[in-house]
Amino acid sequence: MFDLFLDDAPALVVVLPLIASAIIAFMPSKIWPWIISMIVLVFHLALSLHLIEEVSISKIIIYEFGNWEPPWGISFKIDGVNSGLQILFSSFVLISTFYSRKIFLNEIEAEDTGKAYSLWLLAIGSLNGIILTNDIFNLFVFLEISALASISLISLGAGLNRKALLAAFNYLIIGAIGATFYVIGVGFAYAMTGTLNMNDLIIQLSQYSEGQLAIFAGMSFMLIGLMVKAAIFPLHIWLPAAYSYAPSAVSTLLAALATKTILYFFARLLFEVFTIYENYLIIFLDFILFPLSVIAIFIGTLIAIYQDDIKKLLAFSSIAQIGYITLAFSLRDHSGITSGFVHIFNHALIKGGLFMSVGYFAILYKDRVTLSSIKGFGYKYPITSFALLICGLSLIGLPLTNGFISKLYLFQALYINQMYIPIALVAVSSALAVVYFWKIVEQMWFSDIKPKPEKEDPSIYFPIWIITISIILFGMYSSPIIEFSTLSADYLTQGLQK
Amino acid sequence: MNNFIYFWNHFAFILLMMGGLFIIITSQNYLKKIVGLAIFQTAVFVFFVSLAKVLDGTAPILTKSLSVYSNPLPHVLILTAIVVGVATSALGLALVLQIYKNYGTIEEKEIENLELKSDK
Repeated sequence: MFDLFLDDAPALVVVLPLIASAIIAFMPSKIWPWIISMIVLVFHLALSLHLIEEVSISKIIIYEFGNWEPPWGISFKIDGVNSGLQILFSSFVLISTFYSRKIFLNEIEAEDTGKAYSLWLLAIGSLNGIILTNDIFNLFVFLEISALASISLISLGAGLNRKALLAAFNYLIIGAIGATFYVIGVGFAYAMTGTLNMNDLIIQLSQYSEGQLAIFAGMSFMLIGLMVKAAIFPLHIWLPAAYSYAPSAVSTLLAALATKTILYFFARLLFEVFTIYENYLIIFLDFILFPLSVIAIFIGTLIAIYQDDIKKLLAFSSIAQIGYITLAFSLRDHSGITSGFVHIFNHALIKGGLFMSVGYFAILYKDRVTLSSIKGFGYKYPITSFALLICGLSLIGLPLTNGFISKLYLFQALYINQMYIPIALVAVSSALAVVYFWKIVEQMWFSDIKPKPEKEDPSIYFPIWIITISIILFGMYSSPIIEFSTLSADYLTQGLQK
Repeated sequence: MNNFIYFWNHFAFILLMMGGLFIIITSQNYLKKIVGLAIFQTAVFVFFVSLAKVLDGTAPILTKSLSVYSNPLPHVLILTAIVVGVATSALGLALVLQIYKNYGTIEEKEIENLELKSDK
C-alpha cells in the first residue's frame, strides 16, 4: 500500500499541501492548523527525499497526470535541474513553518490562524508546482495560485500596519499584468507549435530553427512576464513594500523561496527550451539581462544603505542579490549557470535566516523594526542577534560562510568569461553591502545602551539557529550545494552545446 | 490591407489589451484599476479563443456528418484562465473594500497624502 503512495510522489508533494489547505481553512482552533501543517510538511520532506533517491538512480522522472501521455496530458518532470531545489524547498518550508507558529500568534488575530495556515499551505503547494511542472500553461496556473495566496498572506499584515493593504494591492495589479504577459507568450508559442509540453516544445521549435517573428514575440512576452514575477530590476517595484509590510513569517517564506522558484523556471526556459535561438539569447542576455543585473546590484545595495526600516533594507538587498543570480545566468555558459544556482541555494538560506531573526525582533519590540529600535539588542537578545550577525556576514560574503562560496563561484564564472570590469563591480557592491549591514551591527552592539540579557523563546531561536548552522556548514563543506548546482548546469547546458 | 482583414482578431486583441493597460496605468481610482485589469485579461482570452477557430469548423462534437472541428484546447485553457481572472478580480475587490475601510477613500492621490501626513 505504501508503494502505491510512493509511485505518486511527484503529484503528492504538490497535492498534499493543497488538500490540507482546504481542510484547515475553517478550523477555529489556534494550534491544530499548525500541527496539521507540520505533519503534512514532514510527509512532504519524506516524499521529496524519496524523489531525490529515485532521480539519482533513474536520472529523470516524468509523471503523467491521469496517464495521459505527454504531449497531450499535463506532466511533472524531476531531473537533475530541479532535484536540488526540491530538497531545499522541502526542508526550508518545514523549518519556516516550525518557526511561524509563535510569530503568527503575535502578529495576526487568533481566529485567523486557520485561514493563515490554509493560505500558507496553498502558497507552498503551488510554489512546489512551479518547481516540478513540465507544462508551460500549467506553470501559469501555479504562478497565479501562488501569487493570490501570497497576496492574501501579505494583506494579513494590515492588522499591524495598514500599508500592507496597499502593498498587497500593488502586488496584485503588477503581478497579474506579469502573469497575463506570460499567457500571451504561451498563446504565441501554442499558435506556432501546437504544444504546451516543454519537452515537446523543444522538438517542435526546432522546425523554426531560423526563428520567426511570432516566436520571438512570444518568447519576449513570456520572459518579461517571468521577470515581473521574479522581481528582476526594473520590474521589482512591488517587492520591497510587499516583503516589508507582510507578517514576518510570510516575509521569510516569500523572500527565501517565492522569487527563487521563478528564477529557476526562468533559467529552465532560457537554457532548455529557447536554447536553439542563439542569436535571440545573445541579444536578450548580453544586451538586456546583463546590464539590468549590474544596475540592480548597485541600485538595490545603494537604496538599502539609505533605509531606516530593517525589513525594507533586507527587501532592497534581495533585489541586489537577485541581480547577482541573473548576472550569473546572463553569462550563458556552464560556469555561469552553476554559479547562479549556487546563489539561489545560498541566498534562500541567508535571506531566510535574516528575515527570521528580524521577525523575532519585530514581535519582541512590538512595532516595526527600525535602526533606532534595535539599539543594544546584541546584549539584550544575544542568541538571536548572533544568528543575525552570522547570516549578515554570509550576505556580505565572508569566508567560512556559504555566501563566500557564492561570491567565489560568481568571480570564477566572470573570470572564465574574461569580464574583468563586472568582477570589480561585484567586489565594490559587496563592499557596499558591508555599509548597510554595519549600520545594523553598530546599533546592536556599539550603541550607548547596554541592557541586561533577557529570556528568548527556544521555539523561535531553534529554527533560526538550524538555518544559521547550515549556513556555516555549507560554507565549510559546500560540496552538496556545488554538486546539485553543477548537476543543474550539466542538464541545462546539454542544449547549449548542441 | 489584406493582412489587416485576415488578422483582424489580432488587431482587436491588441486594441483591447492596450485599452486595459491604459486604464490600469492612468486611473487613480483603485476600482477602475481592477476594471482595467479585467479588460486586459479578457483581451488575452479573446486572443486565445480566436486562435482556435478553424475555417468552416464546427463545435468539436463527435458526429458522423461533420469532419472539420475547431480546436477545443485553447477553449479549455481559457476556461482555466477565466477562473484565475475571476479569483484575481475577487481578491482585488476584497482588498479595495479593506482599503476603503482603513483609509476612507480609494483614490491613489488621497491615500498618498494621508500616508505623507501620518509619516510626519
